Amino acid sequence: MYNAGKIIIGLLIFVGLVAFPFVYSGGKATAKPDPKVDTPEILKLAENERKCVEPKAYMKGEHMVLLNDWRDWVVRDDNTIYTATDGKKYTMSLQNTCMKCHSNKKKFCDECHNYTAVKPYCWDCHIVPKEKET
Amino acid sequence: MGLLFSFFAVTALIVIVFIGVQAAHLHYLFGVIIPYAAFLTFIIGIIYRVVKWGRIPVPFRIPTTAGQEKSLPWIKHNKIDNPFTSLGVIVRMALEVLLFRSLFRNTKTELRDGPKLSYGSTKWLWLGGLAFHWTFLIILIRHFRLFLEPVPIPIEILEALDGFFQVGAPVLYITDLIFLGAVTFLFLRRVIIPQIRYISLAADYFPLFLIGAIGGSGVLMRYFLKTDVVGIKQLTMGLITFSPVVPQGIGIIFYIHLLLVSALFAYFPMSKLMHMAGVFLSPTRNLANNNRAVRHVNPWNYPVKVHTYEEYEDDFRDKMKAVGIPVEKE
Amino acid sequence: MAEPKPEELKPEELAKIEYKPPKTGWMDTPTVFKKGMFCYGNQPKFLKTVGFPNVRSWSVLDEDWKLPENWQEIFIEGLRERVGKYRSFRLFLDICVRCGACADKCHYFIGGGDPKNMPVLRAELLRSIYRKYCTTSGKIMGKIAGARDLTIDVLKELWYYAYQCSECRRCSVFCPYGIDTAEITILARELLNLLGLNTHWISAPVAQCYMTGNHLGLLPHTQKDTFDQMVADLEVVTGIKVDVPLNRKGAEILYYVPSGDMFDERGYFLTMATLLYFHEIGLDYTWSTYLSDGGNFGFFTTNEVAKRLNAKAYAEAKRLKVKWMIGGECGHMWRVIHQYMNTWNGPPDFLEEPVSPFTGTKFENAKSTKVVHICEFTADMIKHGKLKFDKSRNDNLIVTYHDSCNTSRGMGFFEEPRYVINSVCKNFYEMPENTIREQTFCCGCGSGLNASEDMELRLRGGLPRANAVKHVKDKYGVNRLACICAIDRAVLPALMDYWVPGVTVSGVHEMVANALICKGEKERTTDLRNEPLPGKEAKENV
Repeated sequence: MYNAGKIIIGLLIFVGLVAFPFVYSGGKATAKPDPKVDTPEILKLAENERKCVEPKAYMKGEHMVLLNDWRDWVVRDDNTIYTATDGKKYTMSLQNTCMKCHSNKKKFCDECHNYTAVKPYCWDCHIVPKEKET
Repeated sequence: MGLLFSFFAVTALIVIVFIGVQAAHLHYLFGVIIPYAAFLTFIIGIIYRVVKWGRIPVPFRIPTTAGQEKSLPWIKHNKIDNPFTSLGVIVRMALEVLLFRSLFRNTKTELRDGPKLSYGSTKWLWLGGLAFHWTFLIILIRHFRLFLEPVPIPIEILEALDGFFQVGAPVLYITDLIFLGAVTFLFLRRVIIPQIRYISLAADYFPLFLIGAIGGSGVLMRYFLKTDVVGIKQLTMGLITFSPVVPQGIGIIFYIHLLLVSALFAYFPMSKLMHMAGVFLSPTRNLANNNRAVRHVNPWNYPVKVHTYEEYEDDFRDKMKAVGIPVEKE
Repeated sequence: MAEPKPEELKPEELAKIEYKPPKTGWMDTPTVFKKGMFCYGNQPKFLKTVGFPNVRSWSVLDEDWKLPENWQEIFIEGLRERVGKYRSFRLFLDICVRCGACADKCHYFIGGGDPKNMPVLRAELLRSIYRKYCTTSGKIMGKIAGARDLTIDVLKELWYYAYQCSECRRCSVFCPYGIDTAEITILARELLNLLGLNTHWISAPVAQCYMTGNHLGLLPHTQKDTFDQMVADLEVVTGIKVDVPLNRKGAEILYYVPSGDMFDERGYFLTMATLLYFHEIGLDYTWSTYLSDGGNFGFFTTNEVAKRLNAKAYAEAKRLKVKWMIGGECGHMWRVIHQYMNTWNGPPDFLEEPVSPFTGTKFENAKSTKVVHICEFTADMIKHGKLKFDKSRNDNLIVTYHDSCNTSRGMGFFEEPRYVINSVCKNFYEMPENTIREQTFCCGCGSGLNASEDMELRLRGGLPRANAVKHVKDKYGVNRLACICAIDRAVLPALMDYWVPGVTVSGVHEMVANALICKGEKERTTDLRNEPLPGKEAKENV
């Protein structure tokens, strides 16, 4: 090969970049997130009443949209009541409605958010709830 | 022809996912085997191509000089566009690779009556190309959040910057917008400008459609269709740690995105996309213009037959002597 | 043929250019050979002289080009060999993305509108063959991968467009990967030469040059006659009788020039000028009849022939035992000296690193090749105050400067000639920015396209250059186009007469010698062309 030194250095940089994730993980399996819905508040409820404002599958994908809408409706439109798909009414409040049941921010919110490097800006304005160390 | 062929080729890839994942449930094939194969093809292919180029000699030092050469000490030397040293070459290459300096010079020729030719500066291709490549790179780096655990802080910072305006939820990435805009621009100029359409091949449309579809499927997945991103990261981390798993419940849109990306990776080494590596090897850009000061060696230089002076004098000795031109042999 | 000759065509009509490509794809659009756009084919005797293959008599417009039976095999084998020998070639065939930035940078495209003259498409003509025979995707996918068979029509098309490229490298300046069409054209021509396909205008000078040292085949005594004539002419103008050292052993410097400087009109004046200038400063130098061309038309055939012609330079320097060399004003000669000579025929260990005998300046940038450009040498002389000028002798000249392609994009030679011109002329104006320096436009005739039968090609290719001259003529009244290239000196007058009448052409040193105050000269009343100096016209009329 001609100019072998320079070409090999270039190729090493390339391989280093693409191999970086493999090296970084060290081939070790990483823990997958395990969000918990076992707060005292939820456990208090009867088994068939343990339901979120919308079905679980919807909440999993769209909770950020819902929260964003709530924020807009409350703050901008002065509308505080949310009528869910099943007709039930809820007060639109992160701290008083959502976090009432999901009082375990660390185990419920952060678990997945950290895993996928999502940084919701809820807590830029809201006060982070105090949690007992479990 | 090339346009339709490419369009249908990319459509076919998407159809294949529907058949393979939705109907035939080949999740492991589409989630693990194909991505691994494509990734290997990508790495090995690029190395193979670069080594293949590397094995070819550079017989002559032929930089394209785009500025004043190093000359007499009082003449201002353009150290970047006409580099004399390796440092100059590095700066020239860096500007070329990072900022597309040559494309920045682009002009548009116009012929008016008279005739009068004028050459206006035109930066659209430069801007579109730069926007395309840079956003592509940022999006690629951003994706590392799915391949690294824990996610390193620089990648978090990059994400935060990209979503700086906090539009909607999930937060809109500015690069997504620019990227799709740039791909569209590059496609439109290819079909609208007659000369460019005339020179375009399937090999030009296919990567554009493919990359456009990758961007489109990614945007659909993130902002509209939504899918289980935790599951996706489990799948990607499984790939990264060589213990592949295919979690249940990941939407078809992800498999479409993944197959298109795999197609791009596999296609890369055998296509014009190799300009990514090739630009570094371009002899008109990566050599110093110090030709007369430092001799360049051609490894295959071979002796040639020359009409020597002796032969010349033998041909013309009498004539030379007649007019008093000195000769070797009287 | 009823078609009007281009010279008969009015410039306004020739300038009506259609840039829109045809409806059919380029692979499906047959190339029609248009008279005026190509040079005549080569004649057998000249191929024979340098040992080129397929020696026979043929004509471009004939159906049968009399190729060897296995011509495809020869071409494809040649192609495979060369993509393995030139990294530039293979890389440039591989990585083009067809962004089109080069399209309207080519003077032949700007002046003609033929889409196959867009650098990208010119390269695709060969690239499509490369794909077919050297890449897997092209072999399998064929046309959809941009590949095509090498048919006789494809070969003819390749020949037609390989001789409609002047290897000026302007496209390479704008290409984001530095793809240099000159490199593609050079190797395409090399492949065509394997089949004996060249032009008369190139192969004849090559053969002449090989045998006699110069393009016209001027023999030593004829050269001596020409020099004697120059000496006589100089004596008329200046009253000084200069020496012409020919083949003199032991001189400090060997000076050599493109052979046009011995017979072309502007070249003749330039050589006269150099003789006067070197006489005045008392340079210890010599000319060589053996090395009476540096221009090297071999460069337009094959690498090997270019090297064979170039070999004479160092060989003659060694034989004459000079210390270093100065090269005259020439474009291709300097591309070759700067980027090829030392690699081909060096290292010239028997020479010394060039040092100006008058100023002591070391030409550091030429310390290995050991050839200094005459403009570098002169700029240094002027800077050190070694030359005295009467600038007013050039006051009738309103000068602009044409950067020749090869010294510009193959060297970066911009300030030296400008400094010299500004030192000897009062009136100097630059052409528009996008038409000078690294963005300069070709004269339309580079790389051996300066024949007469391809006049339409020349006038079209020269339009961008001429149009820029017209701009400064209209704006500043420019009447002199200075240049440092033999082909420029030979072809620009015709180009000017056609597009911008009233602009004359000269080498830079002709103006230097006009202004140079020489020891023992009589009061000059005319310039070297025997035309009255400004303020001396009246005397002439008496």
